[in-house]
Parts: sequence; C-alpha cells; structure tokens
Amino acid sequence: MSKLLIEGVSRTFAGVRGGPPVKALMPIDLAVAANDFITILGPSGCGKSTLLRIVAGLEAPSEGRSLLDDKAVTRPGPDRGMVFQSYTLFPWLTVTENIAFGLRERGMAPKERDDIVASYVDLVGLRGFENHWPKQLSGGMQQRTAIARALANDPEILLLDEPFGALDNQTRGLMQELLLGIWERRKKTVLFVTHDIEEAIFMASRVIVMTARPGSIKSDVAIDLPHPRHYTLKTSPEFSALKARLTEDIRVEAMRTAQAQPAEA
Amino acid sequence: MRPLHPVSPSLRTVLGISFFVLFIAFWAWITLGGHVNRIFLADPLSMLRDGWRLLVEDRFWLDILITIWRVFGGFVLASVVAVPIGIAMGAWKPVEAFLEPFVSFARYLPASAFIPLLILWAGIGELEKLLVIFVGSVFQIILIIAVKVGSTRRDLVEAAYTLGSTSNGIVKRVIMPANAPEIAETLRLVLGWAWTYVIVAELIGSSSGIGYMIINSQSRLATGQIIFGIIVIGLIGLLSDFAFKAFNRWLFPWSLA
Repeated sequence: MSKLLIEGVSRTFAGVRGGPPVKALMPIDLAVAANDFITILGPSGCGKSTLLRIVAGLEAPSEGRSLLDDKAVTRPGPDRGMVFQSYTLFPWLTVTENIAFGLRERGMAPKERDDIVASYVDLVGLRGFENHWPKQLSGGMQQRTAIARALANDPEILLLDEPFGALDNQTRGLMQELLLGIWERRKKTVLFVTHDIEEAIFMASRVIVMTARPGSIKSDVAIDLPHPRHYTLKTSPEFSALKARLTEDIRVEAMRTAQAQPAEA
Repeated sequence: MRPLHPVSPSLRTVLGISFFVLFIAFWAWITLGGHVNRIFLADPLSMLRDGWRLLVEDRFWLDILITIWRVFGGFVLASVVAVPIGIAMGAWKPVEAFLEPFVSFARYLPASAFIPLLILWAGIGELEKLLVIFVGSVFQIILIIAVKVGSTRRDLVEAAYTLGSTSNGIVKRVIMPANAPEIAETLRLVLGWAWTYVIVAELIGSSSGIGYMIINSQSRLATGQIIFGIIVIGLIGLLSDFAFKAFNRWLFPWSLA
C-alpha cells in the first residue's frame, strides 16, 4: 500500500487583472511508498512547491486529491511535517521551545516533552545552543532546528520545500549529509523539493523530474546507489551518469522556461 | 560630511547637548538683553525662580501628580479596550470588515472637540479628563494594532498549522507573541500623544493639573510659570518614554540582536 497517493492533482490560478487563468500544475499522479525518500526536481516556477503545499494542505488543488494513509488531505495537520525554504522558526521562542512547539500544541506532559526535545537537539547537533533565540543562529543552524521541530512531532511524512536553498554551498553539503543520515537511521517517508540536480540525486531513493510550467511529471528515476551514502559518492561514475541524464532532462525544461519568460513578463 | 556616515557616540552626545546650550543662550540673549518685552516672554532665570516658587509654595508637584495619574489612567483604559479589539480585527477579517470603516472615521474626530460634550456627560471631574484621553487614543491604537496584526508573517502561521496548531492556537501562540513588541511600541507612541490630550483637557473646565496651572498663569501674565509648566511636561514625557523603551527591551529580548 502506498503511504501517499496523489491522484490527478492540478492547480490553476485565477488570471491577474482580467487576464486568462494561469495553469501552474497539470494533473499529477504519484504514489509514494512508505519510508521512501522522494526528491521532486524541476526548474523554478514549475509548480513543484505548489504540489508540496497541496500535500501539506496549505493550498487546495483545483482538481484531484491527495491521500495520506488513505485519508484525503483537506487541511494542514501535524501528520505532515514541513520545512520551508524561508526561516520560519518562531523568533520569540528558543531552540528548545521551537522544537517543543508541536508537542506543546498537542498538550503533551512537560516531562515527556523535554525528553523528546533533548533527543532531537542531539540528533541535529545543537547541544549547547538550546537556549539561543533564532536570531542568534546561523542559517544552517536555523534549518537544523526547523528539521528537528518538524521531526519531533513524529509526522507520517516529512515535506521539505528547498530547505537548503538559502544556504551557502558548503553548509548545504553538510546539511544534506545530516538529513540523509537521520533518514538512514530513523526511516521516514520524505518528499523533498529542490532545483539542485546533485542534491536531488544524492538524497533520493527516487527522483521525480518535472517539466516547465505548467508542471507535469517528465521522468521518474529510481536511484539505486547504496546506503549509507558519503559525500564522496558525488564524484563516483554512477553518480555522474545519473547527473548527466538528469541534467539533460532538466536543461530542456529550463530552456522552455527561459523562452516563455518574455511572454509572462 | 559623507552621507549616511555614522557619527561617534561621544561626538553625538556633544552635538546633542550643544543645541540645548545654543537654544538657551539665544533665549537668554533676547530676554535678558531686552530685545523682547518681558511681559510676553520671561527670561531663563526668572523661569527657574518662578518654577521653584511654584513647587515649594504653590504645591505644584500635586498638580504634576494629578496630571500623570490622568495620563496613565486614560491611557490604560484606552489600551485595555483597544488592544483586544485591534488584535481581533487583525486576526479575523469579518471583524475587521465590521469595525474598520467606523474606527477609521472615528479616528479623525478630534478629541478636543469632544470636551464640551464630555463635560455635559461626565461633568468636570476626573472621569471627563480620562475620557478625553480615552477618546483621543482608543481609535488610534485599534487601527495601528489591527494593521500590524494583519501583516503577521504568513510563513510563521503556515509553519504552526503544519505543527498541528488550531485556529485558537494560531491567535494565542503565533499572532499574539509575534506582534507583542510592535504592540508595545505602538502603546509607547500613543502614550506620547496622550500627554497632548491631557493638557488640552486641563485647559478647559479644570481646577488642577499642569494644564490648569498654565491657563491660570496666562491670566496673570506669568510667562515664567507657563514655560516652566511646558518644560515639566516635556521632561516627564521624555522620562516615561525612556522607561517604556527600557521596559520593552527587557520584555522582548528576542526581538533585538
């Protein structure tokens, strides 16, 4: 049985100033198996974030529906944890209070809550920063806290919307290893949106490549590279072959986006 | 002088003080030098002398206390009413649609024009003074807070939803804490305006307070006392603003670096 089922989900935005409606997402069908790490790769503006937001319940699909454990998604909920590209830690809460937010909303007893929070502080390597406010943290540390905050809630699926997009290259590489390491140890169903080809391959057990707007699924590539994965994998021949193939796929779409730009502007 | 180039803290202090010195020197020069008629403008020395006499002999400090009580009383009253309404308007759009047009209209009603009406309703006692400040502040606070709350970061709200917050939880544990520093800052601003309203209220139909002393001094051409009263208002305003700022900093350390 699939963990997540996306059935004919499409999204059309109303036209701006009397213009024609804009189709952001063609009907999408996708089945995600439990504990799979799926990356959704596509050029910017292809609707991949919209798809993720629909699964999260933050946006409604124009047609179709998505089902998590056979239950239709109608609104956001704690069973679908989300990490955003922008820094969304609550600035008035410390690192531990941020991680505890979901558990607190659920009304969990403080004792139990503190134990869980402490284990996630360790998991993302933030010991010593428990009482820092988000403002005092680097971008990478903020996103680590955000991942811990989402995971502490023990969601059925973890949704990540270009979570490392705002980070510098080195930090981004370290964050990829950190997240992948967590997934390898604690199996979780993950849907990870990115426009970075290397990132998409390195993280995934399966890469979904999307076309330019209106987005649809262009290809569905299984990544059979062994686990645990090490950053040196990125320079291996198998990795390079996959990268070459996906680069070709994505390049065609990026060019279509670039050509479509003047008409949209 | 390069544009936008910062100035050192010591130079900033020196420059800030030197304008006061210049200002008082100019005042002393036109008054003590006989360039203006002393009936219309007292010199700095007689201002201080008059002020001292006011405090010691006329128990002016009682008037100061009364005025402070009125400002804070009216201000607290307005805040207690306005803050919840402002939050409700910002958070729930139907509430905003219901109240916003009226509040926007009421905000332009000058508080001072209400004084005759308020005297009719509440007499010339304390209640009337509090009501003047209340009318002058309440609509301003409501509107500013409604706008701030309405522009709460949407990504924080969305993050809270994905962590399992209910609508109530969003208001209590996201919207309110996220806007608390801005709300406190708004109150600090409005407290400054309340000082203007209280003096206007005390100029009309009053028998105590700083404003009463000022209008009373006018009939006796005691310009030294008037200026002393004005300076006292300025100083108290400055002090309460400082205290408010420090309090906000202490209350919301996370909103600073």
